[in-house]
Amino acid sequence: MTTRSLLWRRRRDSVARFWRRFRTHRAGLYGLGALALIALVALGAPLLVGGDVQSVTNAPGTALESPSARFPLGTDQFGRSLLGLLVWGARVSLAVGLLAAALSVAIGTLVGILAGHYGGWFSTIVMRITDWFLVMPSLVLAIVLATVMSRSMWTVILAIGITSWPTTARLVRAQTIAVESRPYIERATALGGGHGHIMSRHVLPNVMPLVLSQTTLCISTAILTEATLAFLGLGDPTVVSWGGMLQDAREAGAVSSGHWWYLAPPGIAIAVVALAFTLCGRAIESVLNPRLGAGR
Amino acid sequence: MNLLDIRNLSVTYGTDTAAVRGVDLTVEAGRKLGIAGESGCGKSTLALALLRLLPASARLSGQILLDGEDVLTMKWGRLRAVRWAGASIVFQGAMHSLNAVHRIGDQIAEPLLVHRQATPPAARRRVGELLEHVGLPTARADAYPHELSGGQRQRVMIAMALACDPRLIVADEPTTALDVMIQAQILRLIEQLVSEQNIALVMISHDLAVLADTCDRLAVMYAGRIVEEGPARAVYDAAQHPYGRALSAAFPRIGDPASRRAPRGLPGDPPDPAALPSGCTFHPRCPVALEVCASEDPPLAEAAPGHRSACVLTTGSRP
Amino acid sequence: MTTASASAGAVVERSGTATAYPRYLAGKLGGAAVSLFAVLVTSFFLFRIIPGDPVKAMTQGVPTSAEQLATLRRQFGLDLPLWQQFTDYCAKALTGDLGMSYQFRAPVGELVAQKLPATLLLTGVAVVIYSALGLWLGTRSAWRHGGLGDRLNTGIALTLWSVPSFWLGLLLIIVFSVGIGPVPGMFPTGGMESGDETGLAYVIDVAHHMVLPVLTLVAVGYAQTLLVMRASLLDEMGGDYLTTARAKGLRDDLVRRRHAVPNALLPTITMIFINLGHVAAGSILVETVFSWPGLGGLFYQALSVPDLPLVQGLFVVFAGAMILMNLLADLLYPLLDPRVGR
Repeated sequence: MTTRSLLWRRRRDSVARFWRRFRTHRAGLYGLGALALIALVALGAPLLVGGDVQSVTNAPGTALESPSARFPLGTDQFGRSLLGLLVWGARVSLAVGLLAAALSVAIGTLVGILAGHYGGWFSTIVMRITDWFLVMPSLVLAIVLATVMSRSMWTVILAIGITSWPTTARLVRAQTIAVESRPYIERATALGGGHGHIMSRHVLPNVMPLVLSQTTLCISTAILTEATLAFLGLGDPTVVSWGGMLQDAREAGAVSSGHWWYLAPPGIAIAVVALAFTLCGRAIESVLNPRLGAGR
Repeated sequence: MNLLDIRNLSVTYGTDTAAVRGVDLTVEAGRKLGIAGESGCGKSTLALALLRLLPASARLSGQILLDGEDVLTMKWGRLRAVRWAGASIVFQGAMHSLNAVHRIGDQIAEPLLVHRQATPPAARRRVGELLEHVGLPTARADAYPHELSGGQRQRVMIAMALACDPRLIVADEPTTALDVMIQAQILRLIEQLVSEQNIALVMISHDLAVLADTCDRLAVMYAGRIVEEGPARAVYDAAQHPYGRALSAAFPRIGDPASRRAPRGLPGDPPDPAALPSGCTFHPRCPVALEVCASEDPPLAEAAPGHRSACVLTTGSRP
Repeated sequence: MTTASASAGAVVERSGTATAYPRYLAGKLGGAAVSLFAVLVTSFFLFRIIPGDPVKAMTQGVPTSAEQLATLRRQFGLDLPLWQQFTDYCAKALTGDLGMSYQFRAPVGELVAQKLPATLLLTGVAVVIYSALGLWLGTRSAWRHGGLGDRLNTGIALTLWSVPSFWLGLLLIIVFSVGIGPVPGMFPTGGMESGDETGLAYVIDVAHHMVLPVLTLVAVGYAQTLLVMRASLLDEMGGDYLTTARAKGLRDDLVRRRHAVPNALLPTITMIFINLGHVAAGSILVETVFSWPGLGGLFYQALSVPDLPLVQGLFVVFAGAMILMNLLADLLYPLLDPRVGR
């Protein structure tokens, strides 16, 4: 009982310490604030704009209206409110980004630590496979996967997740090797530390900053890839996403007729979310590993 | 005139982290001074300060007179000219002190090209000579640092330090990472080269025995201050300051790795430079501390002929 | 950079590598061959996991008689056993035969050869510009890290990096091609040439068409090089060897150029080559948006049908380009870093 409460106190302390230092990174705070706001909007979307904004059949306005008091961002070619769609689209973009990044980083970290720790022929084979995935143009592979599989959100998540892990794997492996070449690992091995002990107690804490910042970077990339796939018409056709809105805008001729108000908001939304995750990630990185001097 | 004359040198980081506090030291041309102390006592900071190599966040005060010229007030151009040509440094851990992607020959030649405007063939000849001086075959000039052993790399560092015939060499823990046999070889080599070429030497080490063996005079540093200074044998055999005594007792033989971390018979850790104890900074660890030590910090004063110590016990008895 | 390339040139006279390098080279060449084979395997089976009849999928939306389907099936060798289809596929691919495009009724190889120059021109120029820009700004940022210039530099780069390239392209078209408010349309909306120019006028015309797509690619792409260079230089800046270099009396810019940058360049160089590998695949979106007559635009056309043999063939080409560039990076790396590949 006492050990457990002690452990909890230590964890609480370290979280508090982390937060105190994170707070000093202004850019990271802005990113976190933006993310909190967007997450709130995405979660509250059904209350804010109602569940039927996506409906094509009973759209409230006429096609391609300019921004007005009733439709602050105008309407699309079906007469739907663009503001409503933008709010609703946050749900898909965030969900896909988070899940795909989690999948990608989990695979990458596991592969990287195992390959870095064990070395030898095992590492050779694993890294051969990783390198092979790494030289695959990941966007093309994701596009091809999304093309040959059925159109759904899960396809997009899977396509992004299993094409983007090799970068993480390689970085984690390099870091693992660097960590294990330090003298204290030799000492830990000499003192009888097993493989599991070395990997979980010495390597994992040391690659964690990398993994954390890699995750946030990965979320940004995943959100951008999702938008790209949707823009190419490979997204889930039954849901509204920011990339899909851009595809709709292009098909509706928003470019040649100069309807910038149709085109601008979804792109800005994508960029803001991607940037917010990147800023957070860099702040986390510099808190956990001050030597990197990033952030600030 | 002294070749090196350090007057009241202080180095501060941030608002109140004093790494070096009011150090006075002199080295005559061709003489050898040893500076001893535990890690974190400020001795490496002192070495880097001599050529103003500390990061921009460090604030320096006092004077460092090299051949009568103050290093701390030199213009950048003059400072660059003095670096390596006037005084050079043999750094600890030569693996990281050498650039891994350049051949060692090019790295030794670099100061020659910068300071002497030597032609590449002339520089190459000189590199060959220097390598022979330090007992390495001339052909090793084409090697990369990772192809050499630790001892060979340290020899390369020494050859590099000799390149421009400086009048002063600072050796910062030159033998720390080496095993005992190699340590002895490298020490002999340094000793031989500086006496042959009449170069002054400042050698920094945690190992009092090594220094006593090599140097003419010895200074003991604690928490950024010199607490004892005198002829090498006298400081080693008959230390006046309690810390000097503890340190010399700690190193009965050269290169016992266990004693590096905790000098024998000396409880506690060296103080945090950001929060130094009041009075004499050594009093919390001192076996013979008096009540007065918690409030009074005695200056360095003569305790025996040519032998100074900063302790109330040694100076109090000789008013 | 100069030092790095100088040591690369000097490898020939180095005695130690004389025997080690050919073996390293052979290993890397073998690895690339294995990778290429794996690409063929993937592309073959990936396009056969599609549920249903590949021929039906190929002719999606196009009215086709049962007879035509049978002919197509024979034409694509789909009536043969799977293993024989696979060996046929590999044998053909090795001779450069990547199949027939259903949409264009032409060999995929021929289409690729037709479109490749336009892509090489566009993305080649863009990669060279953004690598140089990224290296330069990254070095500056790291050397004076924490300062206003650094914060501005990384802030702008990160913002642009977060922008979807196709969106930026569309926006640039609206602003600079269609024209918005007082801004007149001063660049073409797409394509590579106006069609009636020759000689110097033709070169200028193509350059004029390239401005917006190159701008898009550079804006979105340079951040990565900048951040990698900045991070690896920051990593090097604590290095003891830099203190040695300063102690030797080197000027600050020499310490940076001769000592810090060559060490920091090593991790960056691989990434630059990976970017070069993207020369083929990296511009699918930008080519699509600007109707650039290159491989990326072709890929988009193939996707929208979908023309599966063409998608499959382009996948092999894009992956092949990456393998080639990675091979080059691997071969160059030991010439830059003496610690590797011996």
